[in-house]
Amino acid sequence: MTIVYEDHDDQAASDVPVRRIKFTINGQKKIAEVETRLLLAHLIRQGLGLTGTHTGCDTTNCGACTVLVDGRAVKSCTMLAVQVDGREISTVEGLATASELHPLQEGFKEEHGLQCGFCTPGMMMAAKALLDSNPDPTEEDVRWALSGNLCRCTGYQNIVKSVLWAAEKLRS
Amino acid sequence: MYPSRFRYEAPHSLGEAIDLLRMGGDYAKVLAGGQSLVPLMKLRFASPELVVDINNVPGLDYHRADPDGTLRIGALCRHADLERSALLASTQPTMAAAAPLIADPIVRNRGTLVGSLCHADPQGDWASVVMALGGSVVAQGPRGRRTIRAADFVTGPFQNVLEPDEIAIEAVIPAAKGIRSGGYLKLERRVGDFATAGVAVAVETLGENVIRAGIALTGVGGSTIEATAAAAALVGKPLSAQIIEQAAGLAAEVARPRSDHRGSAEFKRHIVRTFVERILTRADATAERAA
Repeated sequence: MTIVYEDHDDQAASDVPVRRIKFTINGQKKIAEVETRLLLAHLIRQGLGLTGTHTGCDTTNCGACTVLVDGRAVKSCTMLAVQVDGREISTVEGLATASELHPLQEGFKEEHGLQCGFCTPGMMMAAKALLDSNPDPTEEDVRWALSGNLCRCTGYQNIVKSVLWAAEKLRS
Repeated sequence: MYPSRFRYEAPHSLGEAIDLLRMGGDYAKVLAGGQSLVPLMKLRFASPELVVDINNVPGLDYHRADPDGTLRIGALCRHADLERSALLASTQPTMAAAAPLIADPIVRNRGTLVGSLCHADPQGDWASVVMALGGSVVAQGPRGRRTIRAADFVTGPFQNVLEPDEIAIEAVIPAAKGIRSGGYLKLERRVGDFATAGVAVAVETLGENVIRAGIALTGVGGSTIEATAAAAALVGKPLSAQIIEQAAGLAAEVARPRSDHRGSAEFKRHIVRTFVERILTRADATAERAA
């Protein structure tokens, strides 16, 4: 895996702090050489080419970059790539199998849970973390769990319905 | 956005972490939850040469009560752990009220209470809560451990009394001598925004009378404000409507809000008064139920 960085200063290549890290992403084991300042979101998008994870605000507000690290939802723009050494990451690309959509993805389709789709990967990963720990959430639980994810199209109504749809499907 | 270059170490013990800080000097930062530090580094408000990540140090993710009721919160205890804590729900009404109001659910998965105290943002919620409860911070460095009262820990906006080679390893909340009640209320424009104004109230009652009280204010001054006169007005008396109104007025008086996009100074002062009244009126009901 290669990440190409922009070079804006005169620092010698040997002086640039780099770390080798091992991690698992969507079930696949990886080794990467990362600059210590590389953000997890950039490792995922540029390093691994998994562009389903979106960077929206880049200031820890919008939640579009939400992924799971060891099962917990985190904003990947606010975590360093070096910090996932030895950890397990799940992104939106890990939801579907080769032949089948994940119930969350089906739910967003059935209930029209997206319009432009930019926030959707983050919404789905935050929802996944919720359903993993609480398979039978109330509408209030869903709204609470998604309160760190911003959507500028839907007004949230259909996103909440989509997650509840997925919860029901997963339970049956 | 991305931070400027830094050396990164992730030690496996506190001793190692302190050694690294000692050698890193003034240009080292401790990384715990990173939910304030990483954004600051991305915005280049902070450009440490060395980042010491303590997430691999075992045994810091606890929150537990000593046999005498003293509560201890480790440096890696996340906001989400406190939000879900049965211990807090049953023994710490002010903390239990604050935990779900910190930032947003995803940030709460990473961010830590001790880190929030160290960050010393005037709009940080935990500083008010810990101050109202008369809590303190335990720091460990090459010269051993020391305990610093929360009220003395912060010296100004984003400034604390830690030496460059010290790590805040724990926050401590003293045991209650009476029945504890109180709460935390925060006005925010939307989930995850900084507080327009926040109020922490912690009261202990024995029989009818209040035996200890603490009130602290978030986001209405250059740092967290301890409303000592307001708290003192409560002690030695029952929580009557008249006393509550008096305390609320005194708390609003010490607030030093500034008019900004979140509201006018006058509005924020009004919020402080209203929140103190609201929490204490409920606390009165709680104390009656408990008695």
